[in-house]
Amino acid sequence: MEGEFGMANPQYVSEKQFNPRNIWSGFLFGVGIVTFLDEAIFHQLLHWHHFYDKSTTSIGLVSDGFFHALSWFTTVGGLFLLVDLRRQESLKWKTWLGGVLLGAGLFQFYDGTIQHKLMMVHQIRYNVDVLPYDVVWNLTAIIMIAIGYYLILKSKNTKPLRESEGV
Amino acid sequence: MLLHFNYGELFLLVISGMGILVYLVCIAISNPYYKKWPISRMILWILGVLLAVSAVVGPIAARAHHDFVFHMIGHLLLGMLAPLLLVLSAPMTLLLRTLSTSHARRLTTILRSKPVQFVTNPLTASVLNIGGLWLLYTTNLYKMMHHYLTLHVLIHIHVFLVGYLFTVSMIYIDPMPHRKSYFYRAIVFVLALTGHGILSKYIYAFPPTGVAQTQAEQGGILMYYGGDAVDLILIIIFCSQWYRACRPKNVVLSS
Repeated sequence: MEGEFGMANPQYVSEKQFNPRNIWSGFLFGVGIVTFLDEAIFHQLLHWHHFYDKSTTSIGLVSDGFFHALSWFTTVGGLFLLVDLRRQESLKWKTWLGGVLLGAGLFQFYDGTIQHKLMMVHQIRYNVDVLPYDVVWNLTAIIMIAIGYYLILKSKNTKPLRESEGV
Repeated sequence: MLLHFNYGELFLLVISGMGILVYLVCIAISNPYYKKWPISRMILWILGVLLAVSAVVGPIAARAHHDFVFHMIGHLLLGMLAPLLLVLSAPMTLLLRTLSTSHARRLTTILRSKPVQFVTNPLTASVLNIGGLWLLYTTNLYKMMHHYLTLHVLIHIHVFLVGYLFTVSMIYIDPMPHRKSYFYRAIVFVLALTGHGILSKYIYAFPPTGVAQTQAEQGGILMYYGGDAVDLILIIIFCSQWYRACRPKNVVLSS
């Protein structure tokens, strides 16, 4: 059972793996949490998004179903990877946060362009001029991607704070 | 037909009562020889049996015949929540420690056999589980189920068994001879959940034969979010098992 998930039961994450591990953990959590927020805010609270839109293409239904399923797993899995990094004193908050924004931004952009516009899964809001909504939606996504990318680059050469090493 | 169901219901009640009784007897027999069996597991087993039986006997089952929403409540209980609670109560572990060594050995031989290996593969279990649901709701099967008692019984047994199979193939509580990697299980799990979610929306849009549009919509939404809720518990258990399995050994030893 040990040594699975591509890691040979590490004592500590090796230095080479600091960044990818932190980015992945954040990225997965970001994809998950943005889908969750989308569901909670736009479907449940505002009722802007519809559960099903008659114009949805079948590939849209598949894509929507897949990312909905994936989001549960990545939200929970991303958080477990986060506590695993902490446990190994290898967490770099800035890199992790960069991963979150990158994941969230990329998914929101995919959702706002391909899923909403190409696959017609559903629109952001109905019975209004949807263009401003689309612009704000995708612009937010691009800003998140940019900040996420910037954070990852900026924190590239920093090291995680390790209490046990007396740093 | 109604009369049949009353006999049937009585039979199911007796079976589930025996299920609880056997579990309790196993605890009583094995407790003197091993560590005391946790009360929490006993409660999980009893709750699991009660939830499963409440899906096929009583008010939910009665309304499920003409109300699709209640059919879906029953489906969630019988195929998802009850199996999860039963799996968490670790019945196989209890049985193995209760049986004599020779009987226990025979049981583990069966558990190690090729057919068991085949059906407990996450992929097989998922196809049986989700594929079965697609067949039920997208063909005439759902309508026929309400006309033929035998079919009705078989489908409900199937839903329960594959629900259990799916759960044991994903989270390892009981001994599992043929273990699959976390990564493989995670991939199959996401695909299975995808199939479940798509089917829920499909039902919403295209009601099964004999189901009214409004009922199909409510039932579809219930299936979608109800499935999410149970699967979220599964995911959390799955991830915490991964978290425990790959802990850094040195850190734990020195603390």
